[in-house]
Amino acid sequence: MSTASSARMTTADTTEAPLLQVRDLHVEFRTREGVAKAVNGVNYSVSAGETLAILGESGSGKSVSSQAVMGILDSPPGFITGGEILFKGRDLLTVGREDRRKIRGAQMAMVFQDALSALNPVLTVGYQLGEMFRTHKGTSRKDAKTKAVELMERVGIPGARERVNQYPHQFSGGMRQRVMIAMALALEPDLIIADEPTTALDVTVQAQVMELLADLQREYNMGLILITHDLGVVADVADKIAVMYAGRIVETAPVHELYARPAHPYTKGLLESIPRLDQKGRDLFAIKGLPPNLVRIPAGCAFNPRCPMAQEICRAEVPPLFAVTEADGAELAGRGSACHFWKETLHG
Amino acid sequence: MPDQNTDPADDPMGTEVHSAFATPTPNLASMESEQLVEREQLEPEDPEDKDNLEDRDDRQRERARSLWQDAWRDLRGNWIFWVSSLVIVFLVIVAIWPGLFTSTSPLACNLSNSLQGSSSAHPFGTDNQGCDIYSRTLHGARASITVGFFATIGSVLVGAVLGGLAGFFGGWWDAILSRITDIFFGIPLLLGAMVFLTAIDSHSVWIVVAFLVILGWPQIARIARGSVITAKQQDYVTAARALGAGNSRLMLRHILPNAVAPIIVVGTIALGSYISLEATLSFLGVGLAPPTVSWGIDLSNAVQVFRNAPGTLFYPAAALSITVLAFIMLGDAVREALDPKLR
Repeated sequence: MSTASSARMTTADTTEAPLLQVRDLHVEFRTREGVAKAVNGVNYSVSAGETLAILGESGSGKSVSSQAVMGILDSPPGFITGGEILFKGRDLLTVGREDRRKIRGAQMAMVFQDALSALNPVLTVGYQLGEMFRTHKGTSRKDAKTKAVELMERVGIPGARERVNQYPHQFSGGMRQRVMIAMALALEPDLIIADEPTTALDVTVQAQVMELLADLQREYNMGLILITHDLGVVADVADKIAVMYAGRIVETAPVHELYARPAHPYTKGLLESIPRLDQKGRDLFAIKGLPPNLVRIPAGCAFNPRCPMAQEICRAEVPPLFAVTEADGAELAGRGSACHFWKETLHG
Repeated sequence: MPDQNTDPADDPMGTEVHSAFATPTPNLASMESEQLVEREQLEPEDPEDKDNLEDRDDRQRERARSLWQDAWRDLRGNWIFWVSSLVIVFLVIVAIWPGLFTSTSPLACNLSNSLQGSSSAHPFGTDNQGCDIYSRTLHGARASITVGFFATIGSVLVGAVLGGLAGFFGGWWDAILSRITDIFFGIPLLLGAMVFLTAIDSHSVWIVVAFLVILGWPQIARIARGSVITAKQQDYVTAARALGAGNSRLMLRHILPNAVAPIIVVGTIALGSYISLEATLSFLGVGLAPPTVSWGIDLSNAVQVFRNAPGTLFYPAAALSITVLAFIMLGDAVREALDPKLR
């Protein structure tokens, strides 16, 4: 299938084997209303030092797939029903629970969206940072606190020495997110998954936090998966983007190419729905309709009921991730589109 | 730095500055230097230092603000807390050292002194057995407080552990435990007590405690289960899990401190109700039995005679009411302090 070949193509660009490789991942939620298929055959890979942005609306499966990678999927009702998650060549789905726990935090870590609710309100920030060292390395309480101060300084929290004994609610939103990043960073993991790390922040602070993440990633040569619904956030930071819709990756591309020339009608719609200044006075563009109910995903291409280009084939056949090429057939590295009419979309 | 400082300092004098521009240059220079001198005199010492101090104060004030510290600050300003605590401390002292307040034995009864009024030897009078009511009221505190404290500790321990585990692990364990608590909720307390305590011949304090724990833990378990489930769903628990915390650390460090407040509140209020339950059981003759001194026993003895000697009923009843009230008031104060939604 071209899905697999294009995934391999992407990884072939980097010299070594990718740090994380997700292959044909399926996740479903068994609920009273039926089985919600949240992730349906997702493939992606991240190498050390690389940033992959996973873009999608709420309910597109972007968070669920990352929870599956972290191994923090709520189960029940969530179940991984197929696929492989290869982390440093080892399939995490076959790793025992205790080993998996040791990987979390130490080798892969996560930055959560809302730092206020992701930090324990009754424990001091210093304690929670130090906890990383104490659970994984058995560091003493005192040394853990020293390391917590160092970490806070490294993520740019002023007055770290005094603030280490404060509680999360005494920090501003941006500072709290820095604490979350410091926690994720504590044991210098190889992979960080940031789940909408800036959604809860002011625009000015967003930029600072993104910059911090990008700097640290470069410094430690980590793989970074950036989950977001905000096209603006990823533009400067990500290397490549995977756009998700209804549990599938519908388009992959290097970041600037995706912005310049989308090869999927959904991506195109997303880009067009960003409000622009020169648009003043005109109606804002919106993709018509709603994302599908995951219990009843439409047959064929899941986007077909909302797609301006939908034809008969879109209602009948699920499009695989086609390798995207120039009009003359020249290869476009790392590009793929799950649209029967990607050519028409790309070349207009 | 100087630019920033000039702005607020010059603002009110903006017009003067303009007029200074109109005047010849030497004047302007002198004025600027004057202002500079003023600035130098004022700012490095007064305002900046004050700011720093205020900053430091703020920080220190801010530092002391965990949930428990907040709660304590709330409690400190609540007169209900102080009144009820004082009463409880007094009751505990009476329970431990009743001899401090009376030298008369509650069991030194002389039938010839039966149903006497208040006198210097018997400040509250005597009951129908001729026992000193004052002494019996004081000594009765011990049984009540002992039963109340130990029954609460027991039921909180059992209830919190079982309920907490059920909430944390869910699944079968939770289903079974929930059904068990339902069954216990279905047992009418007095009927259960009659059957249970009549079947057992001993009427010691510990038997009553054991009975209250057995019937009392499901209430605590239900509260604990609920608050653990609430705490478990918080993002910080997922976050801690995502960063590699194991089950025991999750439970003890992340869930327990966030789930314990409602348990403390219910426990404090339950303590009052256990005390009144003990009195009820003793009154009915299935709880404590003589020679143990209990307000419930005194009340039951008073039933036949209180129309002629109201003191026999009044004093133990008042002691019991005050005790129960004190614990319920304390529980209310604690709840107000711990539940931010009531603020």
